[in-house]
Amino acid sequence: MTAPLVEMRGITKTFPGVVANEDVNLAVYAGEIHALLGENGAGKSTLMSVLTGLYRPERGEIYFEGQKVSFRSPRDAINKGIGMVHQHFRLVAPFTVTENVALGLKGGFNLNLNKIAQEIGELSREYGLEVDPQARIWQLSVGEQQRVEIIKLLYRKARVLILDEPTAVLTPQEARELYRTLKKMAEQGCAVVFITHKLQEVMEAADTITILRAGKTVATVKKQDTSEKELARLMVGRELKGLRQKPAASRSATVLSIEDLRVLNDKGLEALKGINLTVAAGEILGIAGVAGNGQRELAEAVAGMRTIVAGRITIAGRVLEQGNPLEAINAGVGYIPADRLDMGLVPNLGAVDNLLLKEYRQERWGKTFIDRRQVRLWARELVERFKVRMAGLDVPVKLMSGGNLQRLLLAREISTCPRLLVAEYPSRGLDIGATEAVHRLLLEQRAAGAAILLISEDLEELFRLADRIAVMYEGEITGLVDTAAARVEELGLMMAGAKRMEVGA
Amino acid sequence: MKMPAEDTTAAPLISWEKRLQPSPVIAVLVPVLSVFLALGLGAVFLAFTGFNPLEVYQNMLHGAVGSRYGFSETIVKAIPLMLAGLGVSVAFRMLLWNIGAEGQFYMGTFGASWVALSFPELPFYIMLPAMFIAGCLMGGLWACLPAIPRALWGVNEVITTLMLNYVAILWVDYLVYGPWKDPQGFNFPLTVSFSKAATLPTLLGTRVHLGLVFALMAALLLSIVLWRTRWGYEIRVTGENASAASYAGMNIKRNIILVMFLSGALAGLAGMSEVAGITHRLQHGISPGYGYTAIIVAWLAKLHPAGIILVSFLFGGLIVGGYSVQTSGVPAATVSMLQSAILFFVLGGEILTRYRLRIGRKGGK
Repeated sequence: MTAPLVEMRGITKTFPGVVANEDVNLAVYAGEIHALLGENGAGKSTLMSVLTGLYRPERGEIYFEGQKVSFRSPRDAINKGIGMVHQHFRLVAPFTVTENVALGLKGGFNLNLNKIAQEIGELSREYGLEVDPQARIWQLSVGEQQRVEIIKLLYRKARVLILDEPTAVLTPQEARELYRTLKKMAEQGCAVVFITHKLQEVMEAADTITILRAGKTVATVKKQDTSEKELARLMVGRELKGLRQKPAASRSATVLSIEDLRVLNDKGLEALKGINLTVAAGEILGIAGVAGNGQRELAEAVAGMRTIVAGRITIAGRVLEQGNPLEAINAGVGYIPADRLDMGLVPNLGAVDNLLLKEYRQERWGKTFIDRRQVRLWARELVERFKVRMAGLDVPVKLMSGGNLQRLLLAREISTCPRLLVAEYPSRGLDIGATEAVHRLLLEQRAAGAAILLISEDLEELFRLADRIAVMYEGEITGLVDTAAARVEELGLMMAGAKRMEVGA
Repeated sequence: MKMPAEDTTAAPLISWEKRLQPSPVIAVLVPVLSVFLALGLGAVFLAFTGFNPLEVYQNMLHGAVGSRYGFSETIVKAIPLMLAGLGVSVAFRMLLWNIGAEGQFYMGTFGASWVALSFPELPFYIMLPAMFIAGCLMGGLWACLPAIPRALWGVNEVITTLMLNYVAILWVDYLVYGPWKDPQGFNFPLTVSFSKAATLPTLLGTRVHLGLVFALMAALLLSIVLWRTRWGYEIRVTGENASAASYAGMNIKRNIILVMFLSGALAGLAGMSEVAGITHRLQHGISPGYGYTAIIVAWLAKLHPAGIILVSFLFGGLIVGGYSVQTSGVPAATVSMLQSAILFFVLGGEILTRYRLRIGRKGGK
């Protein structure tokens, strides 16, 4: 057997109060696609950050082609041929593809962009990474931007490519295309490592799988020797319960109705191009689509946070005025934004202040002064009811795990008994346990008669929760189907804009 | 078996590593250490210019707190710093970079002086409240000038507040060199003395005046507002995360204007206390840069009201100590240098609250 291209031995990395990696071993061979599988918080990203020189481990060694190496920075790692595509791309939006590739290259003042552009063209043909070297990043789709990130690494002669949850932003079709590219790179003698928590993806694309759980290596297995079921057990540490049967919907009065809605995005371009939708009480309407096709603008418009250019949003008979979040709150809209710490919560404040975010106007806490003691008691009760785990009620919430943050957010949004709940990617970045909890809470709200607008990029989630699924593509609804009659392939095509159906709403 | 060769790119002895959470110990340690580092840096300069730094510092300390007079003078200098520092801190808390406390201070002196000079016959129980209100109002309104364009169109308040300082200073200069100049003042740029009713009562024969009570009350009230009221809650949330604030339906535009008004009003009150408590007349150069020093004070105190009281006292002592060593030939700029050095180290030290310094080739060995 040949020696591994990269080997990590006995890696231990701790953060204050957390052991992120403990005695982790990983061997990646040239020519293979290696999946790093684990729940959120299992230590996958930490391990890869150690490998790419972002973090330095307390213990353990890294060998590259049998040589012991020690990286101070990602630059050291890329110089050795180890590079990473991060979940959030590191591209300069106003620059062209070529300029982005050239960024940070070594070698004097002379920058021959034409030569680089030509080389990019060759690389993209060779690996099937189609992209225009002269295009500016902001003009590219998310999938194309990802290709640019990969090209950046290939251009730097990376032999070990690490991708952090690469398919999270792709349509099923785009994901398949990516797998093909990865295979080609492996055939050329590269080693590809990708981080994921999706079992199906592992079975589709990986050759070898290393499973991490709670910061430790659980096992390394070959794909042909394992099954989805076994992987799930290894990853979670217990058997997964089957999908629970969702109780039948009790659809009644329309709560949300959107008529010919037109809204601009932050760049001033039209993000919603005349959308019609209705959601009834006790119904979950799923919005499928690749992120960035107007879903965020839709959620924000319904939550009163975006100016309406044309059209109308009616919530329980009340027409929503122009961009007034307070009015939406008073109309009974709960909103779970995609960026928990960016919008939904205040990272540096504690749980009490965060639970108070919409509540603080209520007279019961006092007109001018807020009765902190009463508020504390109420907050403690909510925290217990929603099983939010935290170090203390006043500890900044940014220290909480993603799952607990989402519980806290849901606690706040649900405790007001909303008529309409807008949930934007509610389980993004959560592990299986936390995702289940979020799903349960959403179904509970549905049973309690709330109308729910569920925006998700995870088709499995939509199939599990939604009563109907609408597909958004470039600011339009390209399809609306009953979940029972929906087919994944068809939805995928609609998400990619390759197919559309007449929508009567 | 072949031993793997050690890689040639050895890790350096010192490297930075991001902290997962900011350390509270460091957060307190940084300002304290900064003061000492600044003193150390100052010592190097003093030594270069031929002074014995230890002796100079000792004299400064003695001058600032070593006598009843020195101590009271330190408080006198601390009062405007406290009020203006509290003022800028409210704005800073909402990430409104009000650099205009100096101008708001001047407008406060203008408002108070206008009352005192226009209605010299008023009894003190009407005169002082009227001067108080006029000082706050003028300072507050002056701060609203940049606040309104900031709230409505996002005009950068750093530039506008800073520029308005010069306008305010020149306005006061115009008055004291022109229409308000004391005809019997030998052409000095100052107004006539205020009537007795327009002077703040002082404490036990020192120059410490009622402004101290204003400052302490302001600090107390500010703490209550920030941590106990709805409005204070809005300020804290907006400062920490503006998008969360608008998500929660808070009226950010209104709060920008209100907070800037409060910020300017406190600086204006500092100006009112200074004319009514110390100079008893309006004059050229009435502030030696209190409004700018207040920014350092607020930052060093991490915007905390109680901290601002303490730090103001320290800076008041620096100023008074600086005066007392000038007689032995130490340049007046030494104090400015020390103040700036403190801020410099505090800002530089911030990195330590977010990053950890790692020393050693690698962990574990």
